Amino acid sequence: MATYRTDGLGALGDPTRRAVFELVATGPKAVGELARELPISRPAVSQHLKVLKEAGLVIDDAVGTRRLYRVDPSGVAALRAYLDLVWDRALAAYAAAVENTPEEPS
Amino acid sequence: MSVVKTVTVKAGQQHAFKVFTAGFATWWPSSHHIGKADMAEAILEQREGGRWYERGVDGSECDWGSVLVYDPPNRVVVSWHLNGEWAYDPDPARASEVEVRFIAEGPDVTRVELEHRHFERHGDNWEAVATGVNGDGGWAGILRGYAEVAGA
Repeated sequence: MATYRTDGLGALGDPTRRAVFELVATGPKAVGELARELPISRPAVSQHLKVLKEAGLVIDDAVGTRRLYRVDPSGVAALRAYLDLVWDRALAAYAAAVENTPEEPS
Repeated sequence: MSVVKTVTVKAGQQHAFKVFTAGFATWWPSSHHIGKADMAEAILEQREGGRWYERGVDGSECDWGSVLVYDPPNRVVVSWHLNGEWAYDPDPARASEVEVRFIAEGPDVTRVELEHRHFERHGDNWEAVATGVNGDGGWAGILRGYAEVAGA
């Protein structure tokens, strides 16, 4: 019997969104550049960027007529998302161990 | 900033506490470690001021932090000295903290609440990692770890 909070797993849980984020992490990119390198449409890229931005993972700047996305340098949201999953996994293993380890008579 | 998790286990409070602390090595995922060598086991010493560390397959030891509170069977708090390169950072001002509370809901049911807090304290180093996008210490390494966890 184990129950977990599944909310807040983080914007990086989606593999396509993670791919968008990884590309942005290689340097500032415009939506068009991302769409060219990924098998998804520009509107889909924009949608993923919106979620990443709301999650505090990326920020955007206007550079001339272009809007460039880059990784939020504070990175704390990414660390949080990462730790969130680390603990989910660790606690699942812990719950299994509790129930599989014989209880000593006290 | 914190991550809060709750898990309910089918065991008494004493047992739930014991498996978490004395049995730490039996359940902690061996892929999550910071030492250079592959991890043989992770150890949480059962006393206040004790060490929380890993032992590598080559016998080397790598500290994770200290046991700040050891209050069986109710509560354990450890510091986590993780820096931006996922290595041990001795500066206590940059350590985060993990508090685990064991709450008896019945003779054989225990609610375990875990709070990993203050990890924004890893701050400066973490920022260096976020901007250093090349190499294992940067985003590539973090994302690989993340993908492994997410896919598990």
